[in-house]
Amino acid sequence: MSAGAPAVLAQGLTKRFKAFTAVDHLDLRIKKGEIIGFIGPNGAGKSTTIRMLCGLLHPSEGRAWVAGFDVDRQPEAVREHIGYMSQKFSLYGDLTVRENLLFFGGIYRVPRRDFNERMRFAVSMAGLEGRENALVRTLAGGWKQRLALGCAILHRPPILFLDEPTSGVEPEARRRFWDLIHELAAEQVTILVSTHYMDEAEYCNRIALIDRGKLIASGTPGELRARRLRGELFEISCTPLGAAVKVLTGTPGVVEAAIFGDKLHVVLGEGGISATDLPGYFGEHGIQAGPAHRVTPSLEDIFVQLVSGRRERRTLP
Amino acid sequence: MNVRRLFAMAYKETLQIWRDPRSLAIALLMPLMQLVLLGYGVSLDIRHVPLCVYDQENSQQSRAVVKSFVSSDWFSISRTIHNQTGIDYALNRDQCIAALVIPADFSRRLAATGTAPVQAVFDATDVNTTNIALGYAQGVVAQTNAQIADGWAATHGILPSLVGQVDLDPSTWFNETLDSKNFIIPGVVAVILALVGAELTSLTISREWERGTMEQLISTPVTATEVMLGKLIPYFAIGFIDAGFCLVSAVYWFGVPFRGNIGTLLITTGLFIVVVMGIGYLISVRIRSQLGASQIALVLTMLPTTLLSGYTFPIDQMPAPIRAITFVVYSRYYVTILRSVFLKGSGLSDLWAPLLGLSIYALIIIWLAARAFHKALD
Repeated sequence: MSAGAPAVLAQGLTKRFKAFTAVDHLDLRIKKGEIIGFIGPNGAGKSTTIRMLCGLLHPSEGRAWVAGFDVDRQPEAVREHIGYMSQKFSLYGDLTVRENLLFFGGIYRVPRRDFNERMRFAVSMAGLEGRENALVRTLAGGWKQRLALGCAILHRPPILFLDEPTSGVEPEARRRFWDLIHELAAEQVTILVSTHYMDEAEYCNRIALIDRGKLIASGTPGELRARRLRGELFEISCTPLGAAVKVLTGTPGVVEAAIFGDKLHVVLGEGGISATDLPGYFGEHGIQAGPAHRVTPSLEDIFVQLVSGRRERRTLP
Repeated sequence: MNVRRLFAMAYKETLQIWRDPRSLAIALLMPLMQLVLLGYGVSLDIRHVPLCVYDQENSQQSRAVVKSFVSSDWFSISRTIHNQTGIDYALNRDQCIAALVIPADFSRRLAATGTAPVQAVFDATDVNTTNIALGYAQGVVAQTNAQIADGWAATHGILPSLVGQVDLDPSTWFNETLDSKNFIIPGVVAVILALVGAELTSLTISREWERGTMEQLISTPVTATEVMLGKLIPYFAIGFIDAGFCLVSAVYWFGVPFRGNIGTLLITTGLFIVVVMGIGYLISVRIRSQLGASQIALVLTMLPTTLLSGYTFPIDQMPAPIRAITFVVYSRYYVTILRSVFLKGSGLSDLWAPLLGLSIYALIIIWLAARAFHKALD
């Protein structure tokens, strides 16, 4: 891998499962030392993409290079240079913490002189000091995830693929996990991490928004926020939320309306209804509503707009 | 292939076997259970056939006939009957398999003519048992005849040697006592090894799929060959332990004579274990659930080995098409080898034909197994 070469490069990467296209001509370029977040709803094709990049699935079309090796033609060379954490926890539950580390250390041929030190590092990173002899299936979610990360980086891979590493893990453990990811990135490890938690997207250097197998946007969180919203974003409390979305659909001036937690997020464009008119407009339709506040768009707002924009376009003749 | 990765794989697999109750039970309990069930349950010898006796005469001579049946060890009297309907009753109620009827004029006719008929009625619902029992009965009668003829000749002043008699003096080799156990037990060893070997390895790859550990495993640089060999090494060791247990039990517990050479036994047994474990592994690669894989392993080992290996049903007696099929039943070669090594003391050169069959089988299985596993999810 030469100095300027990208850590990961994908060109027209496509995966079809019979009639279903899981990944649709995806282009991707990841620089060394970057943390790139794959964001998208379930079934968007994030896992399938990661599996192709790890050489676990054969691409139906297109090519990809990881650490300079072709994922379809040199999968073993790719595997020497990557660490992978699959979506489902997949260490051996019937082995102890130490036995799992020993196994992966052996499989990755970690030099014997480094092994003890790396094992200590992995154990302390996972916060499992003193529990080296516990069967892994007895550990709670957060510890399991950190141990899986520890096993995936035992051989010091330059590139890490983490597929929804924090799903099903409590928020405190998720925070700790992201701290670890940043520590690794500081050591020039390239990290591709997928998540469906929008708040985690903010922790990434760059984001790739994926929907229905296509890359629909990519950039730093700031860039995405700045360029993607076609109007101004307002937040408004109202009940019932579902009816409120229905009322706004098709109303002139409304670019986008979506439920955001227990509130409604409305993007208003030029002309048409204004923010001050909204509560009254809702009242006319029998919906209770408070005043509308202007808010800074979150990545989730951007994402919702991008995804719904695509779907509307698709339904037009 | 890398020794370090191979070792890591084998060590991990050993730990998993050790902690998996199902694998442990198959490895350690199943051979014992099968040995008891098959070793004791399957016997082609018939002893103590229940016999009802209706002695209408009850004379010294008629009692002598009855006694000759009892003292043969092949029959034992389950009931004594005093009328004709009693025979129907006893046969209908399964109180006996055979009924012996001695007519009231037995000793009078014997004295007058030198011969007297006795009647034997058999329950022929189980043809096999009946045939064997009938054979025994004829044997007993023939013996009694000889004694009576000698006695009759003597009382009529004729030298016994002048009464025409032809005796067949059979000589049986290799299984001198004609004990079916000596024939069955080596076959039982083959059945157990086939079943245990394939069952164990059928779990090995499917376990990784079922528990979701496969995805992590194939994301590492471990090669398919290292996975296969690393996984099979511990099972191969278990297979040898089980084989040792079965073979030692055959000799010291069941008393099967062992006339062969231990080396021949070890080489051929190793070859057989490779074949059955390879078959289990192939199943495991294809079937991603442990239960499914172990069911298929059961069908692919137990059925052909019990039915088509010649373990109980002689291959010579099978119709030609079935006999042709037995050539693809790997256990037929091993059953033949085991019997010859045990009873005839055959060496490797005597066994070249079944050894060739087994070796070809092992090569094909190894070739298929090495190509079967792909490190990919699709």
